[in-house]
Amino acid sequence: MSAALTRIVSSRLFWPVVMLIALVAINVIAFPGFLTITVKDGHLFGSVIDILRNGAPTLIIAVGMTLVIATRGIDLSVGAVAAISGAVACSILLSSPDPGNPGTVAVAVGAALVIALVLGVWNGFLVSVIGIQPIIATLILMTAGRGMAMLITEGQILTVDSAPFKALGSGFLLGLPVAVLIGVVIFAVAALITRRTALGMLIESVGINPEASRQAGVRARGLLFTVYTFCAFSAGIAGLILTANQTAADANNTGLFIELDAILAVVIGGTSLAGGRYSLAGTLVGALVIQTLVTTVYTVGIPPIVTMVFKAAVVTAVCLLQSPATNAAFGRLRHRLTARTSKGIAAS
Amino acid sequence: MTATLDTPSPRPQAPTPAPAPRGSLFDRLRDVLTSPKSGPVLVTAVLFVVVFVIGGVRYPGFFSGQVFLNLFVDNSYLIVLAVGMTFVILTGGIDLSVGAVVAVSTMIAASLLQTGWSPGVVIALILVLTSVLGLLVGLMIHVFKVQPFIATLAAMFLARGLCYVISKDSISISEPTFVALAVTRIPLGPGLSITPSVVIALVVVVIAVWVLGFTRFGRTVYAIGGSEQSGMLMGLPVARTKVIVYVVSGFCSGLAGVLFSFYTLSGYPLTAVGTELDAIAAVVIGGTLLTGGYGFVLGSVLGVLVLGVIQTIITFEGTLSSWWTKIFIGALLLVFIILQKVLTSRRR
Repeated sequence: MSAALTRIVSSRLFWPVVMLIALVAINVIAFPGFLTITVKDGHLFGSVIDILRNGAPTLIIAVGMTLVIATRGIDLSVGAVAAISGAVACSILLSSPDPGNPGTVAVAVGAALVIALVLGVWNGFLVSVIGIQPIIATLILMTAGRGMAMLITEGQILTVDSAPFKALGSGFLLGLPVAVLIGVVIFAVAALITRRTALGMLIESVGINPEASRQAGVRARGLLFTVYTFCAFSAGIAGLILTANQTAADANNTGLFIELDAILAVVIGGTSLAGGRYSLAGTLVGALVIQTLVTTVYTVGIPPIVTMVFKAAVVTAVCLLQSPATNAAFGRLRHRLTARTSKGIAAS
Repeated sequence: MTATLDTPSPRPQAPTPAPAPRGSLFDRLRDVLTSPKSGPVLVTAVLFVVVFVIGGVRYPGFFSGQVFLNLFVDNSYLIVLAVGMTFVILTGGIDLSVGAVVAVSTMIAASLLQTGWSPGVVIALILVLTSVLGLLVGLMIHVFKVQPFIATLAAMFLARGLCYVISKDSISISEPTFVALAVTRIPLGPGLSITPSVVIALVVVVIAVWVLGFTRFGRTVYAIGGSEQSGMLMGLPVARTKVIVYVVSGFCSGLAGVLFSFYTLSGYPLTAVGTELDAIAAVVIGGTLLTGGYGFVLGSVLGVLVLGVIQTIITFEGTLSSWWTKIFIGALLLVFIILQKVLTSRRR
């Protein structure tokens, strides 16, 4: 019994899940209908569905970010990449004679994703070939990327009127929001490819010790290219969803601060920023925690703009819980407790 | 060809190679240019002069003393930020919170002045609060071993969130002392003038140069950047210094916020978004190595001037949109990081 409990408590998913349950509990107390899901016109509606839909872009980026962080890297440029991808898609749609045509939308989406891939290759090149620290390498694209997005939109907010494109953000398929389905697909693909093959282990090995894994014959360069490209690709998809949701490309505000949310989701999910072991399931829970936190702030009636203070509190708390100093303190406490119980058993 | 090689040298070989005087000057020049310590600074200085001359040739009225002085007038807050950032980057850390701290400082100033606080008290309070925030960040980094990047990210969230807690709208400042400090011009000659903010910024620069160059604390900062381990083994106060650099950065951000509120005479929550990138770019362009250990405060000031002169040229050009600034800053950042990379790898 106590062994099972210890195993559950020491699981990396324990604290994130506890946090999620606590947030849901607060919501249910504040708003009893929180968990109810109703069916209208064959679509599912409810707060939970809203959380899933609004959290999808963050989750998609966070999945890519998890793999980048596992290699001991970071990608700050995802917000800018999202803005660029949205801008590319909208400008193509606007310049076409028939923006409502599914073929045109497919071309626009395809072009946006190709651009995102190119940007990812650029990040991968800076990190793996030139050897710049990831924070700084991606900072360059973060700074310049918004400028590029402005250049594509020519400083305007591009509003598009295209039903198939809009469906990416707010449409439904099989009763579920399209954004959620895209998120599920990205998550499943990433999980399958990295966990059912050796890829995940290789990524972890590069993150734990780049030099040792190089000597063991792991081709770090190719792996770094792959993870940064994948991260930018997922940022591109998230940018399309965000843009489609607003039916407008806003070079300044699309995906603003989303890199922070994504990093936060990864950190809450228990993946260490120092690289190495990662948990995609943790990232999923982390993304849900963030989105639920935002919703909680709404339902409890705190002004929504204060959310950032709460996020700051969560980051701080999680970092302090993860820190070696805290772990050592917990370790001592656990040691003392086990010593006491074994003494108690001996005495009885 | 071979004959000349085969003929033995008539001169006897000197026991120690004494290079010719002309060669030594060239060698010394090459050494200075390729050393990671002074190379980037010199490149930046040359770049600044070249860009300024290009501007002078291209645009009538550019080549005036006041245009040069305006670089200081418009960027006095950025100079102070870059000074604080230099301390942090010299130790190998990074501070992403500076932009948000500037914003929260302008908000505190605007809201307290509105309720009739005396300006002296307000400024003192801001400086104390931002220093305390820096202290907390420093402690988080040092005691809990949280990565500087993530700890300052939390501080950034907190500061941005607090901005919104104070007010979500822009608050204008009409307090007489602040207005007086904003509009006063200190004449420096015919048609030349600066603002009190420039004087404050330059005083900060002088103090920083003195602290880094001529005090024990300054030398410890460089030592930590060179090798924290060695610094610790040498008995340097590594822990204290690492915390204090974040206090310095917090203080400088607060002061920069005060200068910024002189400049704009208002407080606005979304002000100075992305300023942290400008500050980091200025420090890097100014020749401070991102890995720490090498760099000068005066280099960072030069970095700010380069950013300023690019901004000025874009303004003079008129047809170029302002978002080109971001792209140029990104490109410059990249060039200088690669330059650093090349220079440091040659030394190894």
